Amino acid sequence: MLSKLKILLVKEFTLELRRKSVISGIALYMLSLIFIVYLTFSLRRDTINEATWSSLFWLTVLFSVVNSVAKSFIGEKRGLAIYYYSIASSHLIIISKILYNSVLCLVLSIAGFILFQVFIDNPVQDYMYFLLLLLLTSVGFSGALTLISGIASRASNSNILMAVLSFPVVISILLMAIRVTKNVLDGIDRAASHDELLNLVAINGIVGTLAWLLFPYIWRS
Amino acid sequence: MKQWMKFLAVAILLYVHTAGLLADVPRLNILNETVRALYFHVPMWFGMIFLFGMSLYFAIKYLANPSVDNDRKSVECAHVGMAFGFLGILTGMLWANYTWGSPWHGDPKQNGSAIALLVYMAYFVLRGSVDNQEQRARLSAVYNVFAFAAMIPLIFIIPRLQDSLHPGSGGNPGFNIYDLDNRMRYIFYPAVIGWILIGVWIASLRVRRKALEEKILDLE
Repeated sequence: MLSKLKILLVKEFTLELRRKSVISGIALYMLSLIFIVYLTFSLRRDTINEATWSSLFWLTVLFSVVNSVAKSFIGEKRGLAIYYYSIASSHLIIISKILYNSVLCLVLSIAGFILFQVFIDNPVQDYMYFLLLLLLTSVGFSGALTLISGIASRASNSNILMAVLSFPVVISILLMAIRVTKNVLDGIDRAASHDELLNLVAINGIVGTLAWLLFPYIWRS
Repeated sequence: MKQWMKFLAVAILLYVHTAGLLADVPRLNILNETVRALYFHVPMWFGMIFLFGMSLYFAIKYLANPSVDNDRKSVECAHVGMAFGFLGILTGMLWANYTWGSPWHGDPKQNGSAIALLVYMAYFVLRGSVDNQEQRARLSAVYNVFAFAAMIPLIFIIPRLQDSLHPGSGGNPGFNIYDLDNRMRYIFYPAVIGWILIGVWIASLRVRRKALEEKILDLE
């Protein structure tokens, strides 16, 4: 089973690197967002305070991530979906998609963070902790959004539906992330954020288990 | 729903409303007489959780055994649960206006419950956008499970972690300290039971009406 999973993962990465459509589109989107933020704030000749930095960062990451994960199921053609259905079990497919999307989200968040550092101030003091936070949120976003993308792909108006369905589910992850970011920006001791990180791990667990259990029902048609 | 349960529900609620407004309540500092809102605000939430729980139960039953009946029950319970949720937020806003100073205080539990309602509104949007009846039922059952699991941390866990004006969160003492001696308990617990019974009654009426509507459509 593990070898099948590896094959599926390799397939996802190969397809992505071959076409580069998703990565380049989203990267451009993110770059434009950050540039607009930079222009708006530099005009005031004022340094951004930490709350603003945090909210802008998470807004940028959130929108880029939602757009990129949405393409995982919605763009797929019917024939291709039937082919995948016949060759691999639904569990493997959802796990491979979630893992691939987690890596994608992590790359996007790190890229966003680096771009933020380049264009705008960088108040983050504890890099490793922030990286851990980005890892946890990537997995969480990926799990929730991949399942929602699977649901939305079966309905009409998929893009609007994706946004509508995903927003509330993602909020709890985002709330935890914002609180930890606030602590990291303020330079507070690591132990203060342990509760929120544990919460994130728990939410990731819930979302992952639900995706595992529920995906076969969506895949059936 | 059994006849005696309906009579019981009506009787309980009549008792709750008269006793709730007329009986003595313990005096507390900021709350004064508004603590009576406890009899109306909190049972709404109990009712909502119970109805969403029933909706979840029927959604899981649908996934195990696809039948139009299970799907119908799941949706109607969600409808009534949402109505209770709206009433809960409205009563909460009314109570907050007199005790906290403004209807919407940005309190985490308020925000959490508003977002939980958004989750279920998205559920209804999803149902509206799928045409195929069988697929609609399956997708909404899946999303129902997901929405319920998303709602639990939002309403129960996250507000407790943050500073909040709600009792029981952010270091405030829970309701036991509010002198919830037998005076208030005698009215509060029946209120919860009464509202849950009413909610189930309304849901069952809606289910029957929907079944009849579909039968008429089939015959036409």
